[in-house]
Amino acid sequence: MAQNKKPKLAVWKFASCDGCQLSLLDCEDELLEVAGAVEIANFMEASGAVVKGPYDLSLVEGSITTPHDAERIHQIRRASRFLVTIGACATAGGIQALRNFSDVKKFTSIVYATPAYIETLSKSTPISEHIPVDFELRGCPISKQQLLEVVSAFLNHRKPNTPAHSVCIECKLRGNVCVMVANGTPCLGPVTHAGCGALCPTYDRGCYGCFGPMESPNTKSLSEGWSRLGAKEGDLVRAFRSFNAYADPFRKESEAHEK
Amino acid sequence: MKSRTIKVDYLARVEGEGALFVKIRGDKVEDVKLKIFEPPRFFEAFLRGRRYSEAPDITARICGICPIAYQMSAVHAMEDAFGIKVEGPLRDLRRLIYCGEWIESHVLHIYMLHAPDFLGVPDAIHLAREHPQIVQRGLQLKKAGNEIVTLLGGREIHPINVRVGGFYRVPTRSELAPLLERLKWARDAAIETVRWVARFPFPEFEPDYTFVSLRHPGEYPFNEGRLVSNRGLDISVREYDDHFTEEHVEHSNALHSVLKPRTPYFVGPLARYNLNFDRLSPVAQEEARAAGLADGCLNPFQSIIVRSVETVQACDEAVRLIERYERPAEPSVPVHPQAARGYACTEAPRGTLYHRYRIDESGTIREAKIVPPTSQNQKTIEQDLWQFIPQHLEESHDKLRWQCEQAIRNYDPCISCATHFLKLDLDRE
Repeated sequence: MAQNKKPKLAVWKFASCDGCQLSLLDCEDELLEVAGAVEIANFMEASGAVVKGPYDLSLVEGSITTPHDAERIHQIRRASRFLVTIGACATAGGIQALRNFSDVKKFTSIVYATPAYIETLSKSTPISEHIPVDFELRGCPISKQQLLEVVSAFLNHRKPNTPAHSVCIECKLRGNVCVMVANGTPCLGPVTHAGCGALCPTYDRGCYGCFGPMESPNTKSLSEGWSRLGAKEGDLVRAFRSFNAYADPFRKESEAHEK
Repeated sequence: MKSRTIKVDYLARVEGEGALFVKIRGDKVEDVKLKIFEPPRFFEAFLRGRRYSEAPDITARICGICPIAYQMSAVHAMEDAFGIKVEGPLRDLRRLIYCGEWIESHVLHIYMLHAPDFLGVPDAIHLAREHPQIVQRGLQLKKAGNEIVTLLGGREIHPINVRVGGFYRVPTRSELAPLLERLKWARDAAIETVRWVARFPFPEFEPDYTFVSLRHPGEYPFNEGRLVSNRGLDISVREYDDHFTEEHVEHSNALHSVLKPRTPYFVGPLARYNLNFDRLSPVAQEEARAAGLADGCLNPFQSIIVRSVETVQACDEAVRLIERYERPAEPSVPVHPQAARGYACTEAPRGTLYHRYRIDESGTIREAKIVPPTSQNQKTIEQDLWQFIPQHLEESHDKLRWQCEQAIRNYDPCISCATHFLKLDLDRE
């Protein structure tokens, strides 16, 4: 990026709940500082002022679900030096990727008021299925501390420091008693990517996998553990099929329990 | 005849993706379309086959700005289905977490999305250059709301601690205690906010609205009450579908909701305020009167004042709830699913949010219907524009376009919410 000029930051939205971009506005203590360090060049949720590209860093929220969006993401890639996906929708297709598991017949049998008005693709796909992505930040929603870390890392040309280990490690670091061992509560912590700070076990519930699969998850072994606690096949399908259902390891594990 | 078109291809400072199209011929408005092009996400379709207990976490993902509203409507609908009553401190904690969401959501809208319209700047960052202390006050006030949600829910967005029957874990008194001083400060900051926004310039505009909101015998409404209007509607939530219906229009990926047969209506802060002024706390009433709203408020541009009054109310209520809190012995009441239908309306920051579920004997969701506030307001927003534009045709093109956008932002529309439910809730085989 040019000397003496603030780097340009852009935020883009696809199919999503807006929560991950809201994380930036939820940085109440840091927002004005961030706004001082970068030029916010495109962030429709926060401002009508739009600056033309190219952009030094683009943050992309949401999954691709319409023909128009499948085109639009290419334009954004072309205009962006670095492109980072934020959240489970952009990184794994999101909760709306549950449609990907509906067989077409059942899906089309759903009655629309006026289906011709709607334009939608049969699958919800992550950004990386369409364009090369420089970094994927996990979470449904993302952690705002990790977001600040990623923005700062890319603007300073270094690698983001976001651990790829499991929620289990975060739980141990927090000194929690294991909910699965001590209480027999089924937990996805052993196979789930870190980043939330082991929130659910800290609140006496099992992890439900909203940060998606960790680097090398042993989902099969965890499923056996769940079965020993009484989980049925249908419970396993649903557990792996939620906010990161279309992420490969979770998709395969849910399919393994479907029949 | 002179023809003009006002086009806004991508509305800024609203949640989600929408556009506006207005066609004017001479001094007549020929067409107004609030277009919602946010892609549909089909929540009602994939809720089928999920467990009743998953509804709060799944429906929260409809909206990152008001996940608590979705969680609250979901748990109350399930509890209605199973005949459960959640009372005492657990009920208070639910009100408290809702207070947190109202504060963060209202303050986001007041300071970052709406105030720039009145002050002629493109966003809160520009506003901060001229008025750093004011924007800092807004950010800290918003943070106070988020602190409630984070403490009770685990995180600001998509909190993890709400369940059917109560919570997974409830805080101790001493965990809540630090919030008390913060919220007393926040109440003062909210009062300052009312006084600040009351001085903004407001266009004269008072349509004859049909307001709809919950009304509770003793409280400003959050989670419970009857649905009432200023036109005599007074029904239980279970009767919702007898009185309201949705229409699917071509230009929008969100259904338009109407009061049968075809009356547009208005939900949200203005409706709640006009129907529940007597339920506001004394301090909120006093500030509202001082702001000139003693006789109610019909001007949607002044919704920013009402949102600020509701922020005072939420801070004041949160203080009260924390002061009287005693930790319950159990974090939730037992839940025994049964085949039943459950209904709930709660008051999301943007207005009434309706959930209806049909559950089978195993606790599996067979059918779901969700009507968010923005789809209920869509028709009223368009009507406002039909009425507002002819009175302001002498304005320059840019100013008129700006005012049209502002008129839409009066409703704090949440387009992400409104588009999740495009399909009919009927699976025909």
